[in-house]
Amino acid sequence: MSVPKLQQLAESVVQGPTLATGAIPTREWTELPVVFKSGNYAYPAKAEKVAYLDSQSGLHFPNSREWSPEDEDWKLPENWKEIIIKGLAERLDKFRSLKIFMDCCVRCGACADKCHFFLGTGDPKNMPVLRAELLRSVYRNDFTLAGKILGKMAGCREMTVAVLKEWFMYSYQCTECRRCSVFCPYGIDTAEVTMMLRELLHLVGVGINWILEPVSNSNRTGNHMGLQPHTFKDNVEFLVDDVENLTGVRPNISFNRKGAEILFITPSADVFAEPGLYTAMGYMALFESLGLDYTWSTYASEGGNFGLFTNNEAMKKLNAKMYAEAKRLGVKYIIGGECGHMWRVIHQYMDTMNGPADFLEVPVSPITGTVFDNAASTKMVHISEFTADLIRHGKLKFDKSRNSHVKATWHDSCNTARAMGLLDEPRYILDHVVDWVEMPENTIREQTFCCGSGTGLNTDEIMELRMRSGLPRANAVKYVHDKHGVNMLACVCAIDRATLTSLMNYWNPDVRVCGLTELVANALIIPGENRAELDDGLRTLL
Amino acid sequence: MKYAFSFLAVIAMVLIAWLGSQIPGMPYLFGVALPYLALLIFLGGFIYRVVQWAKSPVPFPIQTTCGQGKSLDFIKHNRLEAPNTTAEVVARMFLEVVTFRSLFRNTKSEIYSGPHITYESSKWLWLFALIFHYSFLAVVVRHLRLFLDPVPVWLTWLEFLDGIFQVGAPGWYITDVTLILGCVLLFSRRLVNRHTRVISLMTDYFPLVLIFAIAFSGVLMRYLFRSDIDIVNIKQLTVGLVTFSPTIGAEIGAIFYIHLFLVCVLLAYFPFSKLMHLGGVFLSPTRNLRNNSRAVRHINPWNPPITPHSYAGYEDEFRTFMVDAGIPVEKELAPDKDAA
Repeated sequence: MSVPKLQQLAESVVQGPTLATGAIPTREWTELPVVFKSGNYAYPAKAEKVAYLDSQSGLHFPNSREWSPEDEDWKLPENWKEIIIKGLAERLDKFRSLKIFMDCCVRCGACADKCHFFLGTGDPKNMPVLRAELLRSVYRNDFTLAGKILGKMAGCREMTVAVLKEWFMYSYQCTECRRCSVFCPYGIDTAEVTMMLRELLHLVGVGINWILEPVSNSNRTGNHMGLQPHTFKDNVEFLVDDVENLTGVRPNISFNRKGAEILFITPSADVFAEPGLYTAMGYMALFESLGLDYTWSTYASEGGNFGLFTNNEAMKKLNAKMYAEAKRLGVKYIIGGECGHMWRVIHQYMDTMNGPADFLEVPVSPITGTVFDNAASTKMVHISEFTADLIRHGKLKFDKSRNSHVKATWHDSCNTARAMGLLDEPRYILDHVVDWVEMPENTIREQTFCCGSGTGLNTDEIMELRMRSGLPRANAVKYVHDKHGVNMLACVCAIDRATLTSLMNYWNPDVRVCGLTELVANALIIPGENRAELDDGLRTLL
Repeated sequence: MKYAFSFLAVIAMVLIAWLGSQIPGMPYLFGVALPYLALLIFLGGFIYRVVQWAKSPVPFPIQTTCGQGKSLDFIKHNRLEAPNTTAEVVARMFLEVVTFRSLFRNTKSEIYSGPHITYESSKWLWLFALIFHYSFLAVVVRHLRLFLDPVPVWLTWLEFLDGIFQVGAPGWYITDVTLILGCVLLFSRRLVNRHTRVISLMTDYFPLVLIFAIAFSGVLMRYLFRSDIDIVNIKQLTVGLVTFSPTIGAEIGAIFYIHLFLVCVLLAYFPFSKLMHLGGVFLSPTRNLRNNSRAVRHINPWNPPITPHSYAGYEDEFRTFMVDAGIPVEKELAPDKDAA
């Protein structure tokens, strides 16, 4: 997949005749067909991954087969239409949000230019309202009286293979970031619509590999990367060596240890690849400096949950490991590492799906005695909440000058910002460890822009699309890079750490990406440390 | 031409009412039967829709947080944008419903060469929506005069305020003008704004044209064709309608029947259209839920019984590796395997 040169894409997003640049399509959107060609779609899921998932209790991923979006025939089941309409009816009964969001939109257009996919592609169907209309048009046709009477005039469409293909195209050009829902006068959340579209598509065997392979890995091995227990342990121990080499302190770690006070779970990407590795080193340096009694788990070795990007059953099944492992090990509570969608699941779904966690205790910081009342029921604390509380109580010693090579800016991850309200804890931490500046106000906090590759879209075959959808974020970073010399984009999201790295390499090559805890550990004075001059913090090559 | 069709539909309705009401005996249909029917459809339909929504559960707490959630005591909680208590939710909803708070946030983005994307505050939609909705509300409330006898004193205050500029005779109401203006602004916006131009359906233009026609016919009746109608007869009819003893006295005037028929159409159309956002705005789960989902468990009535891939199954698959790597296991390796 060739990605256009920076210059080409930079001109194309401004001059291309798209709705974002001012050109109005001459045809009705319903008459614009979707065309799949190499580079504009993520590869379909491998048959054996779909078959494996379908074989697991509680999951339903039928119609495993080899197929290609470019083919005319998607090898759908014969009664595919019946399955879809029945699936939609079921979901209307199960989710009030879906009914309200289908019925209440007045098409005021407030959401139109809030979507990073729309801003980067100018494709009318990437306006959140039209993404929802893709489903709404079918809903009106089959489920509403007005639709049955007025038909096409009321914007109704028959469910056809062409519509199904359109659903596939555009439900995988949405990262469920929920920025549009902030601006909608009725709070209509396109993430809910995209989730429903993806659930419906899975009913007929239409899904992408970049999501379903991690889901099946996570089910079997405990993590998306498919790291088996011994490999997972090796990876973490490798990082322990690195921390020791850099700081002179060897973090004391354990795996699957019964009787530990705290279970620590973070996205497996943190122990798998740069720059997440440095964040994982940061966790261990931080915990070591506190003498925290915690354990890693190889069984629950994934904080993230790609099940969220498929259907609620898969999400529940993957998430259930967290409590199951906490119970088996007999820990008091769980601390969760830096991740966006992981925290959406923990904050808004976990307790409901897999609770009540009555075998755990209300989290109390063993260092400060702070009771985390906001996590009284889930019994799971965010690493930033935990760290901010430590700083507030003066339990961590920092030498901010150790981060003098960094001029940071802060990327609010969609899920922690808009599905949790975790905005100021990270900022409080940043204030203590690094010199940093905010990006422009309409691009931060609850209005933050997605990295452009969330919800399992961080796959290389759609790189141009990712660079386009990430443009609003990259552009705001460029602004502070040019104005303030920002050279580091910090975040609390594992997907961000991977995707923003590609995005920065493309749009702003001078800016690197890091996790918050990496910056914390860079500046941290660890008792007993024997630290060389680390001019690049934890990234220093010795 | 989606908007042209809306005009045609409304013109047809005007003609139906105009001509129809001239046929002897038909005033009863247009003045009594249709209003009752329309109101019945409106109330029944509205309740039906809300009940239908309420029948589906809210399985997950999917609040959209637009500010700092409640966490540590030294982190300032944004009580309106990430409400933690029912009172805070009520405050958030109140501002949403009464001041269109989300629309107030609206921005307009443009993309310039560089590329350089800008986001400017854009309050036009918020302003137009406020003008339209509050004018409509005031006009509806003022119409209560027709159904209440005696007219309550607060209603006369409202009328006094609404006509405070004392222009013309009879005095023009501000909200009559602004309601028409609101319709025109919202309609024009749909055509001028390139995004709404693409997304608008016939069902987006039609209610605006209909409400415009209702307001315009009302204005004609009050300010221009006043001599053509008999206000005493109208009041007799309207009071009769609410007391279930409607009588139509002498001839009332075609313009009244046109106005009334269009209102009937609006009422009957309402429950089956996007106008139901009036009810839906209160039920939106992203706005009306508390952001305390880690502190208090939210219940999903259909929570499916799904268990994880078990630890035992996991250990069975990887036990050899785990033992070799020194990871604790629940079941040691079988001795015969060790021997072999």
